Amino acid sequence: MSRIPDERPLNPKPEVITELRRLLPAASVLATEAELAPYECDGLSAFQQRPLVVALPETVEQVQQIMRLCHRLEVPVVARGAGTGLSGGALPLADGVLLSLAKFNRIIDIDPANRSAKVQPGVRNLAISEAVASHGLYYAPDPSSQIACSIGGNVAENSGGVHCLKYGLTVHNILKLKLVSVEGELFEVGSEALDSPGLDLLALMTGSEGMLGIIVEVTVKLLPKPERAQALLASFDSVERAGAAVAEIIGAGIIPAGLEMMDNPAIRAAEAFVHADYPVDAAAILICELDGFNAEVSVDVMRVRKLLLDAGATDVRTAADDAERLRFWKGRKAAFPAVGRISPDYYCMDGTIPRRQLGPVLNRIAELSAESGLAVANVFHAGDGNLHPLILYDANNPGELEKAEELGGAILELCVAVGGTVTGEHGVGVEKLNQMCVQFNSAELTQMHAVKAAFDPKGLLNPGKAVPTLHRCAEFGAMHVHHGELKFPELPRF
Amino acid sequence: MAEQLDANTEQAIVEQVTASRSAGTALTIHGGKTKAFYGNPVSADAELDCSIHRGVMAYEPTELAITVRAGTPLAEVEALLAEQGQEFPFEPPHFGDQATIGGMVAAGLSGPRRPYAASVRDAVLGVRVLNGKGEVMDFGGRVMKNVAGYDLSRLMVGSLGVLGVLLEVSIKVMPRPLGRITLVQEQDQPSALALMQRWAGQALPITGTAWLNGWLYVRVAGSEEALSETQRILGGTPMANQEADAFWTAIREQQLDCFVGERALWRVSVPPATAADAIPGADLIEWGGALRWLRSEVGTAVDADHASTVGAISDAGARIGSESESESESESESEAGAGAGRGTVSSARACVATGGDVGADGVSAEAVRALAAAAGGHATLFRAAASIPLPSDGVFAPLSPVALRLHQNLKQAFDPDGLFNPGRLYQ
Ligand SMILES: Cc1cc2nc3c(=O)[nH]c(=O)nc-3n(C[C@H](O)[C@H](O)[C@H](O)COP(=O)(O)OP(=O)(O)OC[C@H]3O[C@@H](n4cnc5c(N)ncnc54)[C@H](O)[C@@H]3O)c2cc1C
Ligand SMILES: Cc1cc2nc3c(=O)[nH]c(=O)nc-3n(C[C@H](O)[C@H](O)[C@H](O)COP(=O)(O)OP(=O)(O)OC[C@H]3O[C@@H](n4cnc5c(N)ncnc54)[C@H](O)[C@@H]3O)c2cc1C
Repeated sequence: MSRIPDERPLNPKPEVITELRRLLPAASVLATEAELAPYECDGLSAFQQRPLVVALPETVEQVQQIMRLCHRLEVPVVARGAGTGLSGGALPLADGVLLSLAKFNRIIDIDPANRSAKVQPGVRNLAISEAVASHGLYYAPDPSSQIACSIGGNVAENSGGVHCLKYGLTVHNILKLKLVSVEGELFEVGSEALDSPGLDLLALMTGSEGMLGIIVEVTVKLLPKPERAQALLASFDSVERAGAAVAEIIGAGIIPAGLEMMDNPAIRAAEAFVHADYPVDAAAILICELDGFNAEVSVDVMRVRKLLLDAGATDVRTAADDAERLRFWKGRKAAFPAVGRISPDYYCMDGTIPRRQLGPVLNRIAELSAESGLAVANVFHAGDGNLHPLILYDANNPGELEKAEELGGAILELCVAVGGTVTGEHGVGVEKLNQMCVQFNSAELTQMHAVKAAFDPKGLLNPGKAVPTLHRCAEFGAMHVHHGELKFPELPRF
Repeated sequence: MAEQLDANTEQAIVEQVTASRSAGTALTIHGGKTKAFYGNPVSADAELDCSIHRGVMAYEPTELAITVRAGTPLAEVEALLAEQGQEFPFEPPHFGDQATIGGMVAAGLSGPRRPYAASVRDAVLGVRVLNGKGEVMDFGGRVMKNVAGYDLSRLMVGSLGVLGVLLEVSIKVMPRPLGRITLVQEQDQPSALALMQRWAGQALPITGTAWLNGWLYVRVAGSEEALSETQRILGGTPMANQEADAFWTAIREQQLDCFVGERALWRVSVPPATAADAIPGADLIEWGGALRWLRSEVGTAVDADHASTVGAISDAGARIGSESESESESESESEAGAGAGRGTVSSARACVATGGDVGADGVSAEAVRALAAAAGGHATLFRAAASIPLPSDGVFAPLSPVALRLHQNLKQAFDPDGLFNPGRLYQ
């Protein structure tokens, strides 16, 4: 049951295909099996489902028409950006329209004076920074998938990147959204100023996983490129000591631009893949980037170097030049595909924990990994406490996927138990619905459903994702008793 | 802070809300009442005092986060953070000694550092909140990144208590910079705005900018090396640190004379590069140009205190130029002999009446809102003396029909019986 969106009765309405063909050019409505195949999953390929039909609008007006049509026929709609999501947020519904925003790929306006850019939702994350580079500006959030993922998907997931320790997540770096409501109305949230009147709907929309509206335009905030960036690479002979060093740096009042950690399996995989000259015998490495004003960076590099050595680093390298700095990052940025080369399949987790728990939690993950017999490589945003354990498995071995999911679930519940959360940046999608039942009680989930209903009373936008039904939680809870207490004591169990 | 937490205060708040729900009585929620002036008037039957619910729940400096009960005095929390060399990055205004954390979050107002660091909303990580059904709920958390479920914690920021009663808040904190310096230079409004934009386009460690009375103030923070390097780039004369701190406090707390008295004070939030003449007559510009304060006179005589402080400065008069007409201006020119006052707190304190297109006899809400909207922003009637009639549609800029419907639906989703702060945000 963990591999399906929340249960809803299927209600396919093939007439929606005919009607879509009236609204869009023939090539923009896909309905044959062969045409639908590329859309059957997002980055979480363990979950697959073909939609009833794919619509590829290219104007806002068309999106409005599609939504009016689907609202009238009561057909569910799943928005899709680039399909790199890792939690099944863009997983189609068998009776639903998959609304691809791929054709919305224009940068509408760059405003260097106000340091903002207005872009369509299908624009790739990296394309924004490339387009504004000549103004000395860039868009800060940089998910590792930035060459492929869309800004609309970034907003819907509130994506982060290696630089969000200092520069924040998507929610901190956007100013305004234009959306189409489930009824097909066009509306705006946020403004080009630093705030807007009324409730903060911009914050609410960010990370709402396509459940509250279709994003058709994003105004992003741009930052001036820092004068200088400098990276250090520190080796440790224990994961625990590397974790403690992270807290030391933050505790000393330094906020690095990025502070990333890789454990030995991840180091070896990355080194074999991109030859970044990583210390393959180290138990863990930390990559720390400091950026900003030249004078400031010089001082902080010396402070961080000393902090790392005092925290027990066996070796600290400071990048001699930009080429070496980029080499430090190369292995980190390629870590997921690198792990993909050493294992037939991997399953990427995304829990966040308080920084002081890094050492103990990593040790406990190693124990859980040994118990399950599946190896785990860790590569993650240490400065934020955002873990990405990669569980290595082989889907061709019967039962291994289930084992991987079980181990993943146990890791996420561990994150909640130490005061963290089940997802730091990849979203809930369909993947973490069960773990949401661990993190939230029935009043909280009911409140979230009420918020959903405030935007989408009929439940047509990406239904069954992100927030589990109480029913599902009751079933999950019956199988899964935490700390000896029932999570939903008020609900009947069956 | 080894203070004992009172285990009964949360329950007391829950019980009062539950009782109000049964009785069908509306509540006006308050902490220290320091921001009672802000927002639309509330018509409620009873008060809900959150200031009883105080105390620090968790504070671990290396986590860069603090969790406090909503009724905890803001000043107390800031003192605790300072002991550990930390601070709130958004420099919240207090508007009085009694300010509480709950009020800070519900009002969602940030201070001078906002465009260069974060807003209250940016820094909120999680909330514990009581909805109108009497349910206590936790959203968000204490960790930096959390996308589990909708971001209902940030939705609470600036909601002015219309969705629920904040019980606890977890907020991101930042290390205090090693040093700071404020540089002052004489600039007219258009060139000050141009400089603010030029600086913002470079990665400089700026933590505050303000234009007032013909002077441009810029605050930078960092190591000694960074400060001297930045000073070389920015130019201007350094202010004594104590005086500079008093200046930024006066800006943040609106202790400048132009913020008090028989006037309406408009808060105009616009894209930073908005031209000076797009929002004519701004008295004070903050946030690198993104925040402009406008007074509208309502035809009453300037109060004595204002007039006397005005006398202490000279440079202010220069800005008014020949179009000056009001009584206070001619006074300021005649008494402006001292000639000193550049970059001092006293010079900052007095904002003299401005000429310009916005008439001195009261600006209509429509006019201010139209200017703000044309620039891509919005205007709020931030403070107004009791004698000033409020705009019929409230102090906040009206919402689009879709946004208004979403506001009403969200209110219904959190507070179906309309118990909390009816009318404070929108009718
Ligand atoms: C190798 C790899 C590395 C990654 N690294 C990171 C990382 O470092 N940090 C990080 O945060 N994530 C990372 N991700 C996850 C993923 O790239 C992000 O979640 C990204 O934001 C998804 O964007 P997308 O365009 O692919 O969205 P999709 O996968 O197409 O959609 C994601 C969700 O957004 C919704 N959506 C998409 N477009 C819209 C729209 N216009 N309106 C409304 N809803 C919409 C969908 O319905 C779905 O729920 C990584 C993924 C991969 C494969
Ligand atoms: C396990 C389970 C099975 C259900 N089976 C059915 C069904 O077969 N047919 C049907 O029409 N509805 C059923 N429901 C109820 C339905 O899911 C609710 O109406 C739904 O939760 C939405 O309610 P609301 O938000 O409007 O709740 P409200 O009416 O606003 O709910 C008020 C409060 O009651 C609680 N609540 C709501 N329903 C139940 C319930 N059934 N048991 C315990 N507490 C509840 C909610 O958590 C909330 O706190 C079921 C609910 C659950 C949890």
